[in-house]
Amino acid sequence: MTLDIVQMVLVTVLTAATPLILAAIGELVAERSGVLNLGTEGMMVLGAAAGFAVATETGSTLAGALGGAGAGLALSGLFAILTVGLAANQVASGLALTILGLGLSGLVGTGYVGMKRDPAPHLHLAGLSDLPLVGDLLFGQDAFVYVAVALVLGVWWFLGRSRAGLVLRAIGDDHTATHALGLPVRKVRVLAVLFGGACAGLAGAYLSLAYTPFWSPGMTAGRGWIALALVVFASWRPLRVAAGALLFGGATVLQLHAQAAGLGLPGQALSALPYVATILALVLLSLGRRQGGSLAPAALGREFTPHR
Amino acid sequence: MLGVSTLGTSTTMRTITGAILAALLLAPAARADDKLKVGFVYVGPVADYGYSYQHDLSRKALEAAMPGKVETMFLESVPEADSERSIEKLARSGAKLIFTTSFGFMEPTLKVAKKFPTVKFEHATGYKRSANVSTYSARFYEGRYVCGKIAGTLSKSGTVGYIASFPIPEVVSGINAFMLGAQSVNPNVKLKIVWVNTWFDPGKEAEAAKALLAQGADILTQHTDSAAPLQEAEKAGKLAFGQSSDQFRFAPKAQLTSITDDWDGYVIGEAKAVLDGSWKSHDTWGGIKDGMVVLAPFTNMPDNVKAMAEETKAGIASGKVHPFAGPVTKQDGTVAVKAGEDAPDPMILGMNWYVKGIDDKLPQ
Repeated sequence: MTLDIVQMVLVTVLTAATPLILAAIGELVAERSGVLNLGTEGMMVLGAAAGFAVATETGSTLAGALGGAGAGLALSGLFAILTVGLAANQVASGLALTILGLGLSGLVGTGYVGMKRDPAPHLHLAGLSDLPLVGDLLFGQDAFVYVAVALVLGVWWFLGRSRAGLVLRAIGDDHTATHALGLPVRKVRVLAVLFGGACAGLAGAYLSLAYTPFWSPGMTAGRGWIALALVVFASWRPLRVAAGALLFGGATVLQLHAQAAGLGLPGQALSALPYVATILALVLLSLGRRQGGSLAPAALGREFTPHR
Repeated sequence: MLGVSTLGTSTTMRTITGAILAALLLAPAARADDKLKVGFVYVGPVADYGYSYQHDLSRKALEAAMPGKVETMFLESVPEADSERSIEKLARSGAKLIFTTSFGFMEPTLKVAKKFPTVKFEHATGYKRSANVSTYSARFYEGRYVCGKIAGTLSKSGTVGYIASFPIPEVVSGINAFMLGAQSVNPNVKLKIVWVNTWFDPGKEAEAAKALLAQGADILTQHTDSAAPLQEAEKAGKLAFGQSSDQFRFAPKAQLTSITDDWDGYVIGEAKAVLDGSWKSHDTWGGIKDGMVVLAPFTNMPDNVKAMAEETKAGIASGKVHPFAGPVTKQDGTVAVKAGEDAPDPMILGMNWYVKGIDDKLPQ
């Protein structure tokens, strides 16, 4: 029985962390290329609406997930045109993107409010999925969870081990020098932003297709902003993004379990726990790096116009 | 530091979005003629299938009930912090009766009412009135008492999970009424309460539901607005109560009933009163008797439980049953309502204590 509860808590933590991982890993890539896209919440909520709409129309969860990612991608394309193409202010454009996304999602989702779907299918491997403690956790999740894990590992490999990743990071640190070297600054940034948008859209689709399989306006409830915070929290490192998301999801879920178990802890204080954990981690991180200067990509948020 | 500061921006974002939406939606305000123009201000989108949706149904009912006599307009997703402008806009576009439907619209409504003394205002769930501002609300706790009785009867584990939003009197009185109802059929029933500190966050509500189910609750009830807890109950093969609107389609095997509001009668009555000149500022707190609190059909329960629920509902409507009939004992053992008495309305409206038997500390 207790083993079951432990496993249940772990599974809940993992699933609660999944949308954060998906959105944050995409945003991380965009930010490592030097583009700050504050529109994560907007792309995510549009992904949730579009994902649900496509899945309902086609009857396929996979199509829905692709639809959600596509919607996020399309919205981030607009952002890329504005900020990379026209060198518009990234903060203002990102905020506008969130507003646009929230509005559009309401429009796209209008006809789908009050409908429900079966949640995305979960993996089941005979034998493995029934292992005590870890079976369900490792081998009984839906595809989104495995995609999130794969994305984290993929991005970690890409940024740290591949030449293209090195180029992306260099562009994020100094767009003038990399441009002078003949590297395609704007092309890389556009691709990075599009990747971020697709990931955010997928994160939204996870919410409306797997986590709570229905569409409701504003259902992301601020997760896009948490994902943005996570990137900073993770000091722009992919594996730390996953760890941070798990920590954040874990703190949220554990406080709910603590309340349900009647541990007598005050609810509001417990609700603040994840945020306190975030701030604490930020403080510790900056203390550890006090001598080393900023951890952020050096060109983050700065507009770039190539000289001709 | 960027990420941390942006966390707080999400509310600002919603404010801005709401304001833009409000501005866009106001467009179809018609010019003067002899029809009574009735305005509605909603805090959420009318498509929320919850609180604002129920209110919008009453707007449609009003149009259907008095064709040719009234004309309605509405603003949706109006943020509470920025509602004064929206309310004033309705008044300027000729509305003579305006319903402001969220608690947070209270002060803005009063302010605008002062500027437009000939316009009548109706504020939902507030407590401040003036010469041209009435207030109205529903006795949701009556519905929760019925739910409590059902839960107390049906729970096999004897443990019921309650997902609560914020520790305000409306929520606390709902918890107490639910517990008193459950205790009336099973004195040893346990109530596990999880405060999620949000009205609407499907993900968090689902997590809370999972936590409660893991801790042995076999029936869930909620004072939050999404259908996520119902879906979790359905997935786990357990039972649950819906909230705000009939959410049966989300959980056809789990929903026992759902507490919903029906403002039709009230809205139509007030419009008639304005038309015949008999409108006066007053306070209305309607319950099951007035048809303001409606319970969705009782489902997924045996016939005898259904009969008991119907009987309790009828008893509350006739006044025979009062959810807070004495003796009611507080958690600390002091007597709140003496035997033979019913809790007075002000006590229910200001309830900030748990009844005996609830094993949780009320967040203060």
